Amino acid sequence: MIEITHDPIALEPLIAAVRTAADGAVVAFLGVVRQRSDDDRPVDGLSYEAYPAMALPEMRTIAAEAQSRFAGARIAIVHRIGDLRIGEASVAIAASAPHRADAFDACEYAIDELKRRVSIWKKEHYTDGEATWRENASRPG
Amino acid sequence: MTVRIVAFARVRELLGFGERELELPDGATTRDAWNLLAASAAALQPLAASTRLARNGTLLAQDERLESGDELALLPPVGGG
Repeated sequence: MIEITHDPIALEPLIAAVRTAADGAVVAFLGVVRQRSDDDRPVDGLSYEAYPAMALPEMRTIAAEAQSRFAGARIAIVHRIGDLRIGEASVAIAASAPHRADAFDACEYAIDELKRRVSIWKKEHYTDGEATWRENASRPG
Repeated sequence: MTVRIVAFARVRELLGFGERELELPDGATTRDAWNLLAASAAALQPLAASTRLARNGTLLAQDERLESGDELALLPPVGGG
């Protein structure tokens, strides 16, 4: 399950998509809109946009990478686009694996790589009416 | 020839469109297309180094010749998650 959607994200379908009888662990992650920006400005909401023609294949690639790196892992990723309010989930990832260390690692790998590589952008809207496009911090390597 | 330009985020706002057909001379390259667009929006020029180009869904490592019907995407640094 790899999707980009305008609709609010429900976690349960992602969990259902990854879990199998072989799994001893399912890790679920939600990225959520918070009320202060990284530079501590009060946030009114975020708007996201995507280039699905590149974002969806890249999300599938990341899921496949996580599944090959971490033993028995299965990954589902859903990213929301459009206008989001504080507290709403912008991204959800579920990772299953026979053992919890692999499920945690696969989930973390997927969100880290999504933030680094996937063609999705966000604009922060502040309570004072200003707004700015917010880039993810690039990490070495 | 005609190529389709798609632009996102800050680049989309500076260009004033998210999607448009662009007429180019035959043999034009991806850099020619960028230069033509940047000439129409001076504020784009400082973003040249950070904006990546993708042709038909594939990120470009170097300048490439365009063909009619190509989709050229202008991709600022991403901010998903």
